[in-house]
Amino acid sequence: MRQLAAIALQVLFYIAFMAGVGYFSTRPAYTHQDPALALVKLSFSHAGERKEDCRRLSPEEIADLPPNMRRPTKCSRERVPLYVELLLDDRMLYRAELPPSGLSGDGASSVYRRFPVPPGTHRLTAKLRDTRREQGFDHERSETVTLSARQNFVIDFKADIGGFLFL
Amino acid sequence: MRSALRKLFECVDVCLNAAFSPAANPMFQLGAMGWFFYWIVVGSGIYLYIFFDTGVTEAYESIQALTESQWYAGGIMRSLHRYASDALVVVALLHVLREFAADRLHGARTFTWITGVALLWFIYASGITGYWIVWDMFAQYVAIATAEWLDALPIFAEPIARNFLHDATLSGRFFTLFVFIHIVVPLIMLFFMWLHIQRLSQPAVNPPRRLALGTLAGMLALSLLYPATSQGPAVLTQVPAIVGMDWFYFFLYPLLDRYSGSALWAVVAGGTALLVLLPWLARSRQAPLRVARVDLPNCNGCGRCVADCPFGAITLQPRSDGLPYGTEAVVDPDLCVSCGLCVGACPTATPFRRRSKIIPGIELPDFPMAKLREDMIRVMAGIEGSARVLVVACTKGNSALTVQGDGFGMVSMPCVGMLPPSFIDFALSRRHADGVLLSGCADNDCFHRLGQRWTRMRIEAERDPALRARVPRDRVAINQQDTVGGTLNRQVLAFQQRLANYTDPGQGGNRTCVN
Repeated sequence: MRQLAAIALQVLFYIAFMAGVGYFSTRPAYTHQDPALALVKLSFSHAGERKEDCRRLSPEEIADLPPNMRRPTKCSRERVPLYVELLLDDRMLYRAELPPSGLSGDGASSVYRRFPVPPGTHRLTAKLRDTRREQGFDHERSETVTLSARQNFVIDFKADIGGFLFL
Repeated sequence: MRSALRKLFECVDVCLNAAFSPAANPMFQLGAMGWFFYWIVVGSGIYLYIFFDTGVTEAYESIQALTESQWYAGGIMRSLHRYASDALVVVALLHVLREFAADRLHGARTFTWITGVALLWFIYASGITGYWIVWDMFAQYVAIATAEWLDALPIFAEPIARNFLHDATLSGRFFTLFVFIHIVVPLIMLFFMWLHIQRLSQPAVNPPRRLALGTLAGMLALSLLYPATSQGPAVLTQVPAIVGMDWFYFFLYPLLDRYSGSALWAVVAGGTALLVLLPWLARSRQAPLRVARVDLPNCNGCGRCVADCPFGAITLQPRSDGLPYGTEAVVDPDLCVSCGLCVGACPTATPFRRRSKIIPGIELPDFPMAKLREDMIRVMAGIEGSARVLVVACTKGNSALTVQGDGFGMVSMPCVGMLPPSFIDFALSRRHADGVLLSGCADNDCFHRLGQRWTRMRIEAERDPALRARVPRDRVAINQQDTVGGTLNRQVLAFQQRLANYTDPGQGGNRTCVN
């Protein structure tokens, strides 16, 4: 009798343990983002213009260089920070100055931001300044888009294929 | 907090002892169960790998085909893979809590504790990368959330989460990389598991067979009744807004939606640092004893202490004193936990000496055998009756606090395994006691790992030094101390009643003193 009770207890323990493992392996469900919203994701990685123009070296300066390192110009490594703005229906969603990466500030500037927005038709405008100018923008794209709930709308930037990409 | 946790574990132990018996109590086998689940994960993982295709769409499709068209094999393997991984987290976390509650993290155990903390990282890294390669909606959530979290570290020039921006940026080669990581991390984890048990002699890496079979049967039943499935293919143009979460692995992830990735890194790093530093932050419940000391003139290098040391702290080395023995015992003070099991194993630790002082070949300076002999005689002196019990208690339990009553005397020591069997013989044959009750930690949960086991084997004459055959075994009792509700009190009373009615075979009730 005692052995039967022990076996019954063991079975109960196994059931409880397995039920716990099975349940918490997928439940309760987690709501990562309100399913009634859409998501606008702004992300790109782009190198800004160099902070200074390349300077042409004089013949004397070139002669002073080791023969295997002689070049006609000398360029600084540092790049300007990017300035970016994202507007949704003329409302500012995001505005930031993106510093260049790298210890010498000579790498690309990057951004990765998520913006949950209500679904529907919106006017999305993305602007980017990647040169030494202090006002205005070098790249801009504005488009009316219709977003559905749970849609992941991506704004990327590729300078070599025309600037902002609305995906 | 620690004592509350300890009490909680004791209550659970009592329940599970009733169900499984101490020999197969899963709470006493948490480390071994961790190994068991690891091998299930590896075995099922190898099967899954055979059928897995790397590629943005192929990954999901191959797993889906395994789950649906091969439910009886691949589906079960997939479920076992997931559920054993989850169970591994459960037993690993319980193992950490239990060792902390039981104060088993100081001294020589600190190394084991710290490698155990590292193992937690590997368990989580293995589990998280495993979820990526299924490439369903949950994988999409996990991959993006993990990448965003990693991007909070200032080590990436470009956000790695950009790889999951849209289908055009996701390469099939990523899945090759994921699979590689998911294989390499568990392999490194296996190395750390090996490292984790390096300072333990006779580590328990296999649970008792019936516990293993019962658990495997439970896992199989769960896999059949509630198979692991995918949550629909990942689509990067859609947000996986609601996901079925594996809370064992991803319980921290919701914090990423409320706090920054840097804040969560701080929490995780802080938690890890706290765990690593716990052996120094959490004081030991008892003052440390001086480590075992070898007395060379009395050590003949027999090696019994080496065989019985639970932490491999004693080695045999070439003789250094010119005595005609090949070897001598040498104690590594960094590994010695002062449990005294070596003293219990030493054949020279005998109280049957008339002229010379009792100086064993090895002993604890804080618990000399000569004093133990004196204490035994002193506590039993003046106790009358025919059921006088000498209780030998382990100081790691609560017996000293819970025993009340007449007709017994008590001596305590760091572990019952420290008691040489000759002392039992001495107490009974010299008629200092009518019975000897050894009260150690719960069976299979000995604070010093092997004290209970060695004691039982010595008394049953299965291990040297064995209790002499002339000692009536009915006059010796081993109490597995549950510590809840005065169990030891009841054991003493029951033992006294048994002794009162006991007659030694052939003695007619009068036991002869044998020296």
